[in-house]
Amino acid sequence: MKLTGKALVYGDHVDTDVIIPARYLNTADAKELAAHCMEDIDKDFAKKLKPGDFVAAGVNFGCGSSREHAPLALKTAGVSCVIAKSFARIFYRNAINIGLPIIVSGMDIKDGDQLEADLDHGTLTNVTRGTKESFPPFSPFLQTIIASGGLVAAREGGHL
Amino acid sequence: MSKMTMTQKIIAAHCGQETVTPGEIVLANVDMVLANDITAPVAINEFRKLSNPTVFDKEKIALVLDHFTPNKDIKAAEQSRFVREFAKEHDILHFYDVGQAGVEHALLPEKGMVTAGDLVVGADSHTCTYGALGAFSTGMGSTDAAVAMASGKVWLRVPEAISVVLTGQLPEYVSGKDVILHLIGILGVDGALYSSLEFSGDGVRALTMDDRLCVCNMAVEAGGKNAVFPVDDATRQYLTEHGAAQPVVYAADPDAVYQRVINIDLGALKPTVAFPHLPENTKTFDDIPQGMKIDQVVIGSCTNGRLSDFVAAAEIMKGRKVHDGVRCLIIPATQKIYRDAMHMGLFDIFLDAGCAVSTPTCGPCLGGHMGILAEGERCVATTNRNFVGRMGSPKSEVYLANPEVAAASAVLGVIASPDML
Ligand code: SF4
Repeated sequence: MKLTGKALVYGDHVDTDVIIPARYLNTADAKELAAHCMEDIDKDFAKKLKPGDFVAAGVNFGCGSSREHAPLALKTAGVSCVIAKSFARIFYRNAINIGLPIIVSGMDIKDGDQLEADLDHGTLTNVTRGTKESFPPFSPFLQTIIASGGLVAAREGGHL
Repeated sequence: MSKMTMTQKIIAAHCGQETVTPGEIVLANVDMVLANDITAPVAINEFRKLSNPTVFDKEKIALVLDHFTPNKDIKAAEQSRFVREFAKEHDILHFYDVGQAGVEHALLPEKGMVTAGDLVVGADSHTCTYGALGAFSTGMGSTDAAVAMASGKVWLRVPEAISVVLTGQLPEYVSGKDVILHLIGILGVDGALYSSLEFSGDGVRALTMDDRLCVCNMAVEAGGKNAVFPVDDATRQYLTEHGAAQPVVYAADPDAVYQRVINIDLGALKPTVAFPHLPENTKTFDDIPQGMKIDQVVIGSCTNGRLSDFVAAAEIMKGRKVHDGVRCLIIPATQKIYRDAMHMGLFDIFLDAGCAVSTPTCGPCLGGHMGILAEGERCVATTNRNFVGRMGSPKSEVYLANPEVAAASAVLGVIASPDML
């Protein structure tokens, strides 16, 4: 799978309370959640984001609450992929389980940079800056989940 | 010979392997799957996408309505009803509604639903609390919970571990909360990312079960996958008193491999406060400026909403008044804690002081209801997170502390240690 879009860049420790604040968790409706995604950290997020864009961040992205509403809101808002120096573990597994691509990379990315990710070959290109990096592949079991289209589909496919 | 940590041994036993290696991904059998009124609706939606949506064991699923309950608004009421109907449809044994419920991580140990050696997963990040009982327990997402409810299995990356060796005894006004805040201050909020925190040492004996539950509760605030205490007489006594199943005891191999060893002398700890907006921003009163005015105090949550927390707070509050202009909320974490506190006369002390006493709920801890902060307001809370907007306005501030500090702050109207009274 190839993804292209521009990057919206945030800092370290972006927690799930700012990705989707608890005051909106009285619904599990993905579109409603997406409408409020990231608004406490960037009130123009929904306006700035074009479908297919990337979110790029520092360390420990998605820390805090286990709310799957967080990756779901990002995905539904149109984020094609999250790139971070590291991910909090529950966010990491939630993203894989719901089929939101994530990449662990320390690449130098500035707000607005045009990016390309090739998930099959494990490469990330910063078109604006002319840099390219490869990232390590997921372990075979996680690849099975991703290839199935998420954990529920993997269960349907008899993988667990 | 294996060289496994306590956590790795529990995981190995639940995936039918002799040994497991850090980094390996395994499919493990679960002893209990947990979800709440926020995470269960998402899980149920995913569960219903399965072609065979039946539960693997109706006695091994816990559904607790605790976050936005008693329902804070119409949408929350719909979510509660959705979970209630699912519980009925599948005859879920451990379904807890308003009137029986309480904050999930206080409720499960109290009801004896977790025992030593269990593997517990929950769609709530503080599921790591039950490590205090010698279990492996960890938080995950709703889709994980959905598939675990159907299959009784979960995928796990076998964690590395950090060893935390405790010695000595806690001084006055210092409790489990200060141990874990101190540790998070050392590790940082991602210092234990993907790892277990394994506690050991003579100091373990000096910690009550409530202290240990509080310590394990906040492992996730250091990024940890789980935390675990060795099983001792206090654990066994707690499990027996609460009617838990017979414990299965695992201990780390003497030559288990740790990424890092941290020594903590409990006797050297002081009351510790985490400043906004990360739990790692810890300070003791040596560094806390005097006269930091506050607007609200919350004593409750899965971290410090147990009976011993209210006993400690009441000792400070007794014969004193909440400072003018401060709202002090007392939120016992379960019905039983509520009743015990009431029978001990603690409510009289709190009410005489001018506190509001609430029915069990997560409420303000996650900025849900029952004590939301306005812009510019400052709160001292015994909860576990102080992220931007966690208790209300993105421009409010939450300071995390133990119950004695919270009570002293309520009385003095500023962030204060009990010594200042
Ligand atoms: S009390 Fe707070 S941290 Fe604990 S389960 Fe409830 S919302 Fe989560």
